[in-house]
Order: sequence, then structure tokens, then C-alpha cells
Amino acid sequence: MIQADLNIILPEILLSVYAMLALLLAVYTGKDRLAAMLTWVTALVLVLIAAWIGLSGAGDNLAFDGMYHDDAFARFAKVVILLGGAAVLVMSQDYLSRRGLLRFEYPVLVVLATVGMMVMVSAADLMTLYMGLELQSLSLYVVAALRRDSVKSTEAGMKYFVLGALSSGLLLYGASLVYGFAGTTQFTGIIQAASDGHASLGLLFGLVFVISGLSFKISAVPFHMWTPDVYEGSPTPVTAFFATAPKMAAMGLFARVLHDAFGGVTADWQQIISLLAVLSMFVGAVAAIGQTNIKRLMAYSSIAHMGYAMMGLAAGTAFGVQALLIYMAIYVTMNVGTFAFIMSMEKDGQPVTDIKALNMYAKREPGKALAVLVLMFSLAGVPPMVGFFGKFYVLKAAYEAGLIWLAVLGVVASVIGAFYYIRIVYYMYFGEEGEALDKNRSPILWGFLMASAAAMLVGVVNLFGIESVAAAAAATLVN
Amino acid sequence: MDNLLSIVTFIPALAAAILAVFLRGEDAAAQRNAKWSAMVATTITFLVSLFILAEFDPSNTGFQYVEEQEWLLGMKYKMGVDGISVLFVMLTTFMMPLVIWASWGVEKRVKEYMIAFLLLETLMLGVFMALDLVLFYLFFEAGLIPMFLIIGIWGGANRIYASFKFFLYTFLGSVLMLVAMVAMYADAGTTDIPTLMNHTFASDSFSVLGIHVVGGMQTLMFLAFFASFAVKMPMWPVHTWLPDAHVQAPTAGSVVLAAILLKMGGYGFLRFSLPMFPIGADVMTPLVLWMSVIAIVYTSLVALVQEDMKKLIAYSSVAHMGYVTMGIFAANQQGIDGAIFQMISHGFISGALFLCVGVIYDRMHTRDIDAYGGLVNRMPAYALIFMFFTMANVGLPGTSGFIGEFLTLMGIFQANTWVAAVATSGVILSAAYALWLYRRVVFGDLIKESLKTITDMTAREKAIFAPLVFMTLLLGIYPALVTDIIGPSVEALVHNYDMALADGHTATQVAASH
Repeated sequence: MIQADLNIILPEILLSVYAMLALLLAVYTGKDRLAAMLTWVTALVLVLIAAWIGLSGAGDNLAFDGMYHDDAFARFAKVVILLGGAAVLVMSQDYLSRRGLLRFEYPVLVVLATVGMMVMVSAADLMTLYMGLELQSLSLYVVAALRRDSVKSTEAGMKYFVLGALSSGLLLYGASLVYGFAGTTQFTGIIQAASDGHASLGLLFGLVFVISGLSFKISAVPFHMWTPDVYEGSPTPVTAFFATAPKMAAMGLFARVLHDAFGGVTADWQQIISLLAVLSMFVGAVAAIGQTNIKRLMAYSSIAHMGYAMMGLAAGTAFGVQALLIYMAIYVTMNVGTFAFIMSMEKDGQPVTDIKALNMYAKREPGKALAVLVLMFSLAGVPPMVGFFGKFYVLKAAYEAGLIWLAVLGVVASVIGAFYYIRIVYYMYFGEEGEALDKNRSPILWGFLMASAAAMLVGVVNLFGIESVAAAAAATLVN
Repeated sequence: MDNLLSIVTFIPALAAAILAVFLRGEDAAAQRNAKWSAMVATTITFLVSLFILAEFDPSNTGFQYVEEQEWLLGMKYKMGVDGISVLFVMLTTFMMPLVIWASWGVEKRVKEYMIAFLLLETLMLGVFMALDLVLFYLFFEAGLIPMFLIIGIWGGANRIYASFKFFLYTFLGSVLMLVAMVAMYADAGTTDIPTLMNHTFASDSFSVLGIHVVGGMQTLMFLAFFASFAVKMPMWPVHTWLPDAHVQAPTAGSVVLAAILLKMGGYGFLRFSLPMFPIGADVMTPLVLWMSVIAIVYTSLVALVQEDMKKLIAYSSVAHMGYVTMGIFAANQQGIDGAIFQMISHGFISGALFLCVGVIYDRMHTRDIDAYGGLVNRMPAYALIFMFFTMANVGLPGTSGFIGEFLTLMGIFQANTWVAAVATSGVILSAAYALWLYRRVVFGDLIKESLKTITDMTAREKAIFAPLVFMTLLLGIYPALVTDIIGPSVEALVHNYDMALADGHTATQVAASH
């Protein structure tokens, strides 16, 4: 019995063991000397595990008496998380080592955060949920403050920690209420306590607090205040990490809790999620207009994107979850490319984040500018870029669930959002002649930028086949 | 050739990709290569598209040359043309080589310029051929990107404002259409356009937020599509982006905008609004007709007071598009025939007028009407060609402009006499502003110092105008060339529209009698 259980969580165990071994190895041999190599090896390990999970994972398995759930949904999310994490690691190596920030703890912490995320999307019990969430969060607090001698970075880590602790508190409070009124922490038990569209008041109270706690993690409005500061303060590779894998994990966990534990009271949480979605879309779109720092801009952009993803969640249907998964996969791909570009922005070796520095970028580096143009239009959801299909999926999901007002508000917000994305295009193509950025010849960043932009264009053909995979994944979550 | 339509559509895109990947450098040779590649690609596209016209069977009112391929979400990559769309395809392929040729003088970032225009051609052709809702939307929206760049990079002094206004206006219009498309998909279970044309959407009246919606779902969907097409057209009062975009865009950009992009709105009405939401269209017809008439009269008056030549022609475009919407919503054979005819003919004429402005702008670098006068003394050939297109714009019999205006007026007279009466006054106003413009620019004494050395049109410029003059005359003298092709399809459209309305009325009466 225990053998079978362990088999199911073997990827997580392997990754944890790897993280500890890497830690030991680095401590015993000259500390940071191995960091670069370790980063590469870690990325490779993450990719291998992703391939393993993606290719050989099968079936719908519950482990440890229903505390841990390994199904197609979890595997889809895990593959996205692992690949996103690996991509960020590869991109960050050069950036961090040139600034003396590449400590061996960085890849180790990323791996531990990744393990936490994998546990999150597989959670089938409030305890598992909290364990995964905290493992992920604690690792992230530390990497946010990776640049110890920078006030902004430490401030970011501190802010993230305090607000994260607050959100964990809310979540725990909600979890205890749920436990009190359902009599169990297992999702299978909770769903029985809250079936047929009826949940006791206490259970609903708990649900609201759990949703609030999770909203912190995905930075949905009104729980988004930490996002711009943390994005701005953290070193750019860390920001890239925040913007990709953890978002997928938190979204996956969100869908997991709402459908596995509260799938019987869809109508009750649908209105909350819809409201969060609308607020996120509008605040994300409007607040980004005034930003001149590209990292803050991307923070608001990610807030808005979480709003769209939540539109799929709000639908409360299998198609909605499918739309959510596709949206998140596309979102992660776009953000990897965008952050690869942001990391390559520097002048005299120093990172630059002011978007005005992009003036007439297209003239000096037409290839990269074109790729960024594609990514920006994709983020804005303009066809024929793949970003449009993400929006189309969630719109359709929302419409079919009868949330027509949500769909209409979503498209209105996307027009407002389009403004700040094309403003970046404006600086690159129409701007005034200004001081040039350094010619960054990092082939890795260039490769990620180009690959991501190419994916946004080529994906129009069939979205690389993720449609059916996501459909299968969603079907296991929503019956 | 099974994939004729796809081949025609994607030749320009292929050429753009080749240019983007293989052409290096900014020197004169590279610029020449870019220009010639674009020229060759658009010419080949035009020649291949002639095969479409050659094999096209006007008596078949269904879609021809249909291609189908599985795509995402149960949607299909489906292309096809019928009598309504085939001439727009031809107009696009015909105009593009001329547009490229007219841009021969461009010196700033030539490669990117040509790539933008080639991509734009692919996207415009796709709009007219797409037989899947989402595919249509894809092409329709994607066209914004190259046009945004064309205005923003190669435009005039105030290009930034114009490009943002252009982008956000049209984007806002079309996202509402996207919601309606999702609604149609949810209702009919398919995004296949021919199937949707036969699908009857619910038209039971209901109340939203206390407002009684006559025609129900159909009216709402009609309005959502209308938001998009009216902006694209553009109709009064959402036309204000057009003068800005036209004035700031480079000459070739203005030509494409006036000749082809504006036609997407009219095409959309004919492809979606009338056949798919007949009852919604019927409910909204009076509003649309009066908006058209206001466009005709009001924008003609606005055109009278313009100081900028391009702005004047832009307002005249809005007025002429007023005839188009009026003809379409007359919903009879003459009206719709006339609307399509007017769109084709306006493609030639307004394109030529913007080229006329381009000719003197290239020499004097100003579009102020006051800066000119007496050009006839030094530019006789130019004066002649400008005169010809001014007359065509006014609707002189013998030119294609006359046929379009006459047919639409005849159509609307049968449908709504009052609207026809007011619209006819627009004919007089258009004569007023067009002739006055011509007088101020071309006639009078040549007293301005700066104009003393101006030279007449070069052989290249004359050669660009030759095909346009030819087409304007040909269609003016023998309009059956167009009406024979569009006639049967329009007849089927009008027939289906009337049937749907009759069904709708019976249903309402049955409901009322219960």
C-alpha cells in the first residue's frame, strides 16, 4: 500500500532529494563556485521530470488515503510549472552571475518552490494544500530578497513575507472553519457536506476566507497590492519566476479547491470569482497605463491576465477549466519571452527598466523588436497571435455559463489593456531617438525571446495540440 | 487548383517572410530589392487572382472554390468566395501593385514598409474569403497591426495620435463583435458562415435592465456587429478616426485605407448583418438609414470647410460610404447592387484622389489647399487626371461614380422616399466641395513663388493612374461587368432576407393571436 502511494509522489520525492543533495554538495565544495553548473543541472532535472510526468503519467490516482491526487489535471499543471521553472533558471544564470547574485541557494530554492507547487496542484486535502502552499511561499520569500544589499529587494522580500503570512492566516482561518463545519479536511468529504447547491453558512464563510487567501497568491484584485512592489524590487529573473510557475500553480490549486471541494455549490462561489475577475481585469488594465517601469507594468499585466484566467474559473464548467489551463499555458509562454527580453535590457551593464529606454529600439535591433511586438500584441489579445485564442476560450466559457456581462466587461477591459501594450510598441517603433541600450548578445535570452514569439505566431495552426490535452485534464477535474 | 484562394491569400505573406529573413542592409540596392520584390509579389498575386475571376460562375449563388481544413475548438479553416465577395478580392489584388508602385519614393525603412503592406494584403484578402467566423475575425483584427505601424512609422507630423486613435477605435468596435460571435457559436454550435447564414437566431423580444428589446437576441447581435462595421465603414458619428488617420498616413496608406479597408465594413454588413440577423436588421433599419443620410449631408458640409486636401477627401469618403450603408439597408436588389458597385468604384476613385494629393505633396510637402493654385499652368497632365477623378467623385454620368450613386438612390427611393429625398441633396453638396477644391488647387493664376518650378507628372505617376482611369471609365460605361457578377448572389440575399422577415412577421402574429 505505502509502496503504491510512494510511487505516485515519486517525482516530488526525487526533486526534494535532489534539492537536498545539491545543497549538501554545494556546502561541502566551495559554495558558489558550482552555482552556474548547478543551475544548468537543475534546469535539466526539471525538464526531465516534466517529460517523465508528461509522457508516462496515466490514470487517476489517489495517494495517502485521499490526501494526494494525481490526475491528468495535476499533470498538465505540473508540466507547465516544471517547464516554466526550467526556462527561468536557464535564463537567469547569466544575468545573476554577472551581478554576483548567483548563489547556489538560488537553484535549490527554485526546486523547493517547484516541489511546493507540484504538491499544491495535487492537493486533495486542506492539509496537503497548506503544506504545498507554504513550501512554495517560504522559498519564494527568500528568493525575492536574493539581492541582500539592495533596499528594494529586501523590502520586496519583507513585503511579500508579511502579506503572504497574512494571506496564509486568512487561508488557515477559512480552512479551520471548513473543517469545523464539514467535519473533515479531505476534499471528498467537503464536497459531500456541500452538495446539491446547499452549504451551511459556516462552510460558506470558510470558503470565502479560503478564496481570499488563494487570491493573494494569484494576486487578484483586491488582494494585489504586493505584486507591483515585489515585481519591481526583486531581481528580474526572480520576477520572471514569480510571473510564471507560481501563477500556474496557484491557479491550478484554485481550480482544484473550487471544483474538488466545493464543486457542489458552484453558484455560491461563481459570483465571488466573477467579481474578482472583473476587478482584476479593470484594475490591471487601468493601473498599468501610468507605469513607466516595465517590471511594474508587467505586474499589472499579470494581474489583468489573472482576471481573464479567473473568467474561465468562474464559468464553473469543464470547458471553463479547459479554457483556464490553455490560458495559463499561453500566459506562461508569453511571459517567459517577455521577461527574457526585459533581462536583456541594460545600459553600461546595468539593468534598465524604464520603458522610455526602448526609444527607437526597432531601428537598432529589428529582429528583437519584432519579437517583442508579437509578444505585446499577443498579450493584448490581438489576433492572429495565440494570446487571442486564450481570450477566446475564456470568453466562450464565460458566455456558455451565462456570464454574458462578464464576457462583455472582459472585452472592454482588453481594449483598455491594449493601450499600454501598444505603448511599448510605440516606443520601440515611433519613439524619439534616445540613448541606445547595450547590444545584448546573450544567445540564451535571444533564443527564449524568439522561441516564445515564434510560438505565438505558429501556435495559430493548432496551439501545439494542447487543446485536447487540456480538455482531457479538465474532464478529470470536473465531472 | 484546389487551393487557389489560399495561394492568392498567402503569396504576399510568403513574400513578406522572404523579405524579412533574407533581405539585409539599408543601402540603395537593398531598398530597390525590397521594392521590386513587393512589386513582383503583388503583381503575381493579381495575375493568379485573375484565375478566380475567370472560373467564377456568377449564376451559382453559393460559395465557390471552397477549401476546408480542421482547426481548433471545432472551428475550421474555411475559405470561399461568392458573388458578393469575389469583386472585393479582385479590387484588393488590383489595387495593391499600384499602391506599391506609388510608394516608389519611400526612403525610410523600406524593407519594413514593404513587409507591412504585403502582410496587410494577405490579411485583407483573408477577410473577404474567410468562411469561418473566427477566421474572419482573425484576419479582420490582425489587419489593424500593420496599418497601425504604417500610420505610426511612415505617417505625418501628428502620426502618434492618429495611430493610437485608429487602433483603439477599431479595436473597441470589434471586440464587441467578438462577444456576439461567441454568442452565435454558443447558439448555433458552429462557426461555419454558410451554416450560420441558414441558422435562425432567436428574435423574441425581451427586456434587459428595463429596456424592451424588440427583435431580441437578433437585435443585440446586430448591434454588436454594427459597432464594429460602423466604425470600420466609417459611419457618422463614429467616423472621427478616419480624417485623422488619412491625414497622417503616408499616401499609400491612405490609398489602402480608402480603397480597401473601408470596404470591410460594407462587406461585413452584407455577409453577416443582413443574412444572419434579418429581423434585427429590420428593426434597426430606420436608425441606420438616417445615420447614413446624416453622414451624407453633414460630412459633405464639413468637407466644404476643410483647409487640408486629404481631410477633405477623407470626409468625402465618409459621405460616399453613407450611400453604401443606405443602399445596403434599402435591402432591395438595386440598393445592394448599387452599394457594392459604389464600394468598388469608390475604391478606384478615392484611391486615385489620394494619389493625386500624393503627387503634389511629394513635390511641395504640404497638403494645405491655400498653398496651391494655378497648377494647370505648369501641370496640364495632372490637371486633366485630377479633373477626371474629381468628376468621377461627384458622380458624373459616364464614370463609375454615377452608377453607384444612382443605383443606391433608386434602391432607397423604393424603400424610403424621405431618406432618398434628403440623400439626393448630398449629390449637390459633393459637387460643391469637390469642384471648389479643384478650382482652388488647379485653376487661377500661378502666383505663388514656390509653385513656379513645380514639374508635371512623371511617366511612372501617369502609368499608375492609367489603370484607374481605365477602370473608372469602363465601369461607368458598361456597369453590367459588375452587376452581372454580383446580381445573382444579391438576388439570393434579398430573397432570403425577405423570406426571413415574412417568417418573423408570421411568427409574431401567431404569438400575438394566442
